[in-house]
Amino acid sequence: MMIFFWIVLFLISLSMLGFIYRLIMGPSIPDRVVALDSLGVALICMIGMISILSESSFFLEIILLIAILAFIGTVAFSKFLEKGEIIQRDNNLS
Amino acid sequence: MPFVYFIFIPMLAAILIPFLYKKVRSIHTGWFVLVVPVVLFGLYTTFVPKLQNGDTYTSSFDWIPSLDISFISYIDGLSLLFSLLITGIGALVVLYSIFYLDKTREQLHNFYVYLLLFMTAMLGVVQSDHLISLYFFWELTSISSFLLIGYWYKRDRSRFGALKSMMITVFGGLMMLGGFILLSIMGDTYSIRELIAQAPELANHKWFIWSLILVLLGAFTKSAQFPFYIWLPDAMEAPTPVSAYLHSATMVKAGLYLVARFTPLYASSEWWIWLVTGTGLLTLFWGSFFALKQTDLKGILAFSTVSQLGLIMSLLGAGAISFHTGVEDNSIFKYAAFAAIFHLVNHATFKGSLFMIAGIVDHETGTRDIRKLGGLMSIMPVTFTIALIGSFSMAGLPPFNGFLSKEMFLSGMLSIQNFDLFAFATWGILFPIIGWIASVFTFVYSLYFVFRTFTGKYKPDLLPKKAHEAPIGMLIPPAILGTLVIAIFFVPNLIGDYLVKPAVMAMQPFLYTSPSEIDIHISAWHGFFEPELLMTLGIIGLGLLLYWTLPKWQPLYTKFPDWLSLNRLYDSLMYFSEVGTNRLSRIYMTGYMRSYLVYMFTGIVILTISTVFIKDAFDVSFAMLAPIRFYELIIVLVLLAGTITILLANSRLTAIIALGAVGYSIALFFVIFNAPDLALTQLVIETVSVALFLLVFYHLPKLNRHENRLKFRLGNALVAFGVGATVTIVALSAHSQKLVPSISSYYEETVYSKAGGGNIVNVILVDYRGFDTLFEIAVLAIASIGIIGMIKLRLTKKKEVNRIEDK
Repeated sequence: MMIFFWIVLFLISLSMLGFIYRLIMGPSIPDRVVALDSLGVALICMIGMISILSESSFFLEIILLIAILAFIGTVAFSKFLEKGEIIQRDNNLS
Repeated sequence: MPFVYFIFIPMLAAILIPFLYKKVRSIHTGWFVLVVPVVLFGLYTTFVPKLQNGDTYTSSFDWIPSLDISFISYIDGLSLLFSLLITGIGALVVLYSIFYLDKTREQLHNFYVYLLLFMTAMLGVVQSDHLISLYFFWELTSISSFLLIGYWYKRDRSRFGALKSMMITVFGGLMMLGGFILLSIMGDTYSIRELIAQAPELANHKWFIWSLILVLLGAFTKSAQFPFYIWLPDAMEAPTPVSAYLHSATMVKAGLYLVARFTPLYASSEWWIWLVTGTGLLTLFWGSFFALKQTDLKGILAFSTVSQLGLIMSLLGAGAISFHTGVEDNSIFKYAAFAAIFHLVNHATFKGSLFMIAGIVDHETGTRDIRKLGGLMSIMPVTFTIALIGSFSMAGLPPFNGFLSKEMFLSGMLSIQNFDLFAFATWGILFPIIGWIASVFTFVYSLYFVFRTFTGKYKPDLLPKKAHEAPIGMLIPPAILGTLVIAIFFVPNLIGDYLVKPAVMAMQPFLYTSPSEIDIHISAWHGFFEPELLMTLGIIGLGLLLYWTLPKWQPLYTKFPDWLSLNRLYDSLMYFSEVGTNRLSRIYMTGYMRSYLVYMFTGIVILTISTVFIKDAFDVSFAMLAPIRFYELIIVLVLLAGTITILLANSRLTAIIALGAVGYSIALFFVIFNAPDLALTQLVIETVSVALFLLVFYHLPKLNRHENRLKFRLGNALVAFGVGATVTIVALSAHSQKLVPSISSYYEETVYSKAGGGNIVNVILVDYRGFDTLFEIAVLAIASIGIIGMIKLRLTKKKEVNRIEDK
């Protein structure tokens, strides 16, 4: 059974390498952002595998955190690419 | 009252002077000051009979007892002689200054405070038996002299002269301090008497010569010896009473005092004899030769002071020869020491009076330029008489005291060639010749000084003021000195027995047990056909010839190239030290952060690597390393790829994204090395900082937004490689050799039993080592407050400009 998890881990690592390739070579910025987002998802999987392999439950919070952060990060990048800034100034206040 | 407190009386009086000056405006402040030197002179006179048996007196009070530093006043013949000179001439100078300085126009409180401060300093120098307190007073003379020279601080020349004398004398003073420290280490005592007592052992010490040269540097700079004499002519910008007091009678003799005081300690060395005699003779010749170039009365006197100081210095050196046994008849060298002290007294009398004369001429005619003066003999008869006495004494003519000491000088120099140690037998013949030529020039400039000023044609149209005789009060001090000049000639043995012999006794303590044993009798008459008489006749003859032909050859002085002069050397030294250091710091202070970073990183690499190799700390063993797992390898590859992307990125955005990837892979490392808390924090922080980078990225100014690829620089690459290699080497070496086991097992055992927690990282953070956490919270608080400050606090541009200008 453990062999299976090891193989999964190996495959996830390979997919991470692919994402990294896209991150570096990506012809446009959105390519890279998507690659980074996918990297986050791959990271979640990887940490899950490692938790199983090391038989500990301490890393489950990290999985949740990465999920949130990957989402926030991707949204922030997207907003930056679209509007040019992340936090828009409230016009009524200024 | 112990007499060590006498030294501080002028300083205490100096505190009162400004109050007196403010409260009592109707009386000239100088009258109050006059009391101090007169009383002190009286007090010191009481010591004169006491010293006749060779007794000495000490009195002290502790300053820093734990460091063995105290003020010790030691009175023997030498220090008493100087103390009498300081207080006696001090009294005359104060009297003179009352009439010289106007009480309505001058800032008298400044003047007398500085003068009294100087008096304390000078008394301290000559009476101190303790090396450190001697140095303390020595620097006090430099500082008070600096203040006095710059008394008219609104004049450029005054400030220049003050600064120059300060630079040179303080240089010498610091050298002397070095010599003193060496001496105190060698002899393990600060007391000069105790050092002299162990002189034979010290002579073999390896630092003996060094301390000798350093102490001599101090003495030569203070006493204006070659080549350090250049500050003295520029110090003539001081008020004339100051020139008369400091630059003829007292301060410039501090160096002579030092040489005389240390003669018993150093005289066994040939260095001492050669340096002191040689420098003195060179200074004597140089000063007398260039005195004729001067057209300013005080300039002539300054060079003549330099030259006479050189004469005394060379006699002190010749007197040191008497310490050497094996010389057939060394009584003549005892005679040289006697002559040195005797001439020191004589010089103080006639030079003091001459300076006062120059001041009177300046005061009553408005100029000191010798080319504008002339024919004052009938207008200022009293002044002329005193000037004539002083000048003839300086020239060495009978019946004035200068004649006696000049004869003694010639006999001293003549006998040097009989001394066949240290190659004096071969070179000794030069000494009387140079001394004789210098005496001829001395004779000529003495005549030049007095006759160009007082005889010839009166030129009223050239003078700023109508010339008239000085007030009687101004004439009294030089008249007293002039009387002394003649009195000493007729009764030289009175002053010889009571003052000079105890002083010689202090200089040559090994040779006598009491001053009465010194069997020297001053006589004006050596007998017919003695070489001294012939030499004096020669001086007068050649001197008169040179003086008559002076207009023919004096223009030759202007032919000497100016760039060869020592003043030019000093000026360019100051200029180059200023401009040169400026240039030097401009070379490395580029103002670019990148240069400083290169310096810092290079320094780190060189220091660390060389330390590792010198201490032989480079040691790599793989015994303690854990096996590498393949997914670790993959994360390392990801990390490397991210890092290289940052370096080679085409755009900033790529670099920021790659940096995020690096941060996340580090979080992954934390995961696989079992650090969940670190991984959590790292992920959040990395996300926030990437967001911040994007924020900053957007606000970068357009002009600086070079989207070009980073330029490759070989130097930077080398430095970066060096730093990386260094850190790797250090980390490997540190990991390979662990001295002590980790203390973490204690935490593991007590995390629940003592701290009541399960998460060991959190318990360490808030319980075992909560202090660090507290201050990291403080760091975060400061950072956020700082950011708010930088964003919110906008000073208007105008205010910023003002602030820059204010700086």
